[in-house]
Amino acid sequence: MVRVTTFYNVTVIATESLSKRFPRVTALDRLSVDVGPGVTGLVGANGAGKSTLIKILLGLSPASEGRAEVLGLDVATKGADIRERVGYMPEHDCLPPDVSATEFVVHMARMSGLPPTAARERTADTLRHVGLYEERYRPIGGYSTGMKQRVKLAQALVHDPKLVFLDEPTNGLDPVGRDEMLGLIRRIHTDFGISVLVTSHLLGELERTCDHVVVIDGGKLLRSSSTTDFTQTTTTLAIEVTDTDEHPDGTRAMRDALLARGADLQDGATGLPGAGHVLLLTAQGEETYDLVRDVVADLGLGLVRMEQRRHHISEVFTTDTDHDASRKEAVGHGS
Amino acid sequence: MAVEHPVTTPSGDQTRIHNIGYRSYDGPRLGRAYARRSLYSQSLRGAYGLGRSVKSKVLPMLLFVVMCVPAAIMVAVAVVTKAKELPLDYTRYAIVMQAVISLYVASQAPQSVSRDLRFKTVPLYFSRPIETADYVRAKFAALASALFVLTAAPLLVLYVGALLAKLDFADQTKGFAQGLVSVALLSLLLAGLGLVIASVTPRRGFGIAAVIAVLTISYGAVSTLQAIADAQNSSGAIPWIGLFSPITLIDGVQSAFLGASSAFPGGIGPSNGEGVVYVLVTLGLIAACYGLLMRRYRKVGL
Repeated sequence: MVRVTTFYNVTVIATESLSKRFPRVTALDRLSVDVGPGVTGLVGANGAGKSTLIKILLGLSPASEGRAEVLGLDVATKGADIRERVGYMPEHDCLPPDVSATEFVVHMARMSGLPPTAARERTADTLRHVGLYEERYRPIGGYSTGMKQRVKLAQALVHDPKLVFLDEPTNGLDPVGRDEMLGLIRRIHTDFGISVLVTSHLLGELERTCDHVVVIDGGKLLRSSSTTDFTQTTTTLAIEVTDTDEHPDGTRAMRDALLARGADLQDGATGLPGAGHVLLLTAQGEETYDLVRDVVADLGLGLVRMEQRRHHISEVFTTDTDHDASRKEAVGHGS
Repeated sequence: MAVEHPVTTPSGDQTRIHNIGYRSYDGPRLGRAYARRSLYSQSLRGAYGLGRSVKSKVLPMLLFVVMCVPAAIMVAVAVVTKAKELPLDYTRYAIVMQAVISLYVASQAPQSVSRDLRFKTVPLYFSRPIETADYVRAKFAALASALFVLTAAPLLVLYVGALLAKLDFADQTKGFAQGLVSVALLSLLLAGLGLVIASVTPRRGFGIAAVIAVLTISYGAVSTLQAIADAQNSSGAIPWIGLFSPITLIDGVQSAFLGASSAFPGGIGPSNGEGVVYVLVTLGLIAACYGLLMRRYRKVGL
């Protein structure tokens, strides 16, 4: 059952030249960013200021300057109201080993203000939604890392928040557990109608999961835009052709012919070492596909493969770091 | 609540959400005061092992029984021998049983706060509507209440027994009331000291050892010094030395104001003037413990 998010044009998180300075480090430096409903990734290396930002947004740590709003509530004055409507899953282990998942989550639900009966019902529901069944009556100490992550997620969701902060939810999980967790995060928005801010230092993960990605580095905003912007501004075509008697090195012939016709080959005239028979070509539009077809036909080669390659966020991230001056200003999403 | 259907998921596909659907919560959210009360009741229950494993129920329950059994025996003796008064004053009971009380504080104070530190549950509490002060107050109040239950229950046994033995009602009621005030002060003081010591370390073992050490060493040292002062006929110093351990502090307060006979050497309790100092020091210590806990938890935060 999909709960429709009705607050279009509403920003879930808004910060305005938010700074946090400690005596020796500047954790956040004039960060201005708007985050709309949906799944938003917060990307940055360790120490980029992700956790500091979450602390400020939860109203637990005052900002040095600037202001921030969560769900339209000012973090400086409405911390308790924000924390009632927001869930938080910490990065580190936070579960006592000698109680069962059910007992623990019920207690946490009551700490969020849910009456006893509602706390028990919501706990049963939430644990089932995150995929914990019979094992929820056993002490947490005996759980696997994946199960513990689910309990941590359940305690963040049990009071039906409008927004959850997930701090490195895939940490310590094996590839399968990682995929399951990412799928679960996606569903928090699509099925439960809860907006998500998820941090990670792994960009590839967020590309698959998020609608929107905010990249911070050294407490500064590097970029904020939707995932589609990140990955579809340009398309790369990967092309592979056969060799023929006429052209013993089909790839070479194809490359020369394409260059002669003015195509934009990403790996230059000689090709990347080890790239083998794959040519990477920047697609400017429909005509690029026609060009490839024509060249292949003219040379009489066989076209083995022509596929679109999506950019990875990491590529954008690295180029943006290099060109710091061209840093984009905060781009609102969902408006 | 939706009935859970038998789950037939292959292992490895446990994240699948069954077709029950997510239901949002539109009911009341009771806010900060309710959350604080929930933490209080959870901590109070936890101090007797309720809602925790069977193993953690053993020690607090055992200590509770050990506290009450002597009272029951005294009552039985008083009833059988038709004594004119109880063998032990209400106010003296906690002083005599101080070893049991110390053991209880040492085992339950770390249980209450060190676990949250060790397993890093504290940030989860502070990501909810409560503030630092709510956490500290709930934990403080819970341990003090648990201690009060432990120390007041045997007094209640004595009182009920005394009435059954048809001892003088007015006399017994006054003694019982004085005893309750005394153990209430003792509970607050020991809860504060125990929590401050336990909140410094995430290791439960260290916490237990440190609390026992502080309580027994201070009492031992004070008693020894008082005995030396008594032997050297400088009895004026005895009440002042008594200020330096929690048990003698309470002893002094109740000897001065609650009609108790002092356990100090020579039976010399503090005079009324000195008694005021005792009360001020006791209240000051309780306030200082609260202040230290607040300072400690402001740092722990997230």
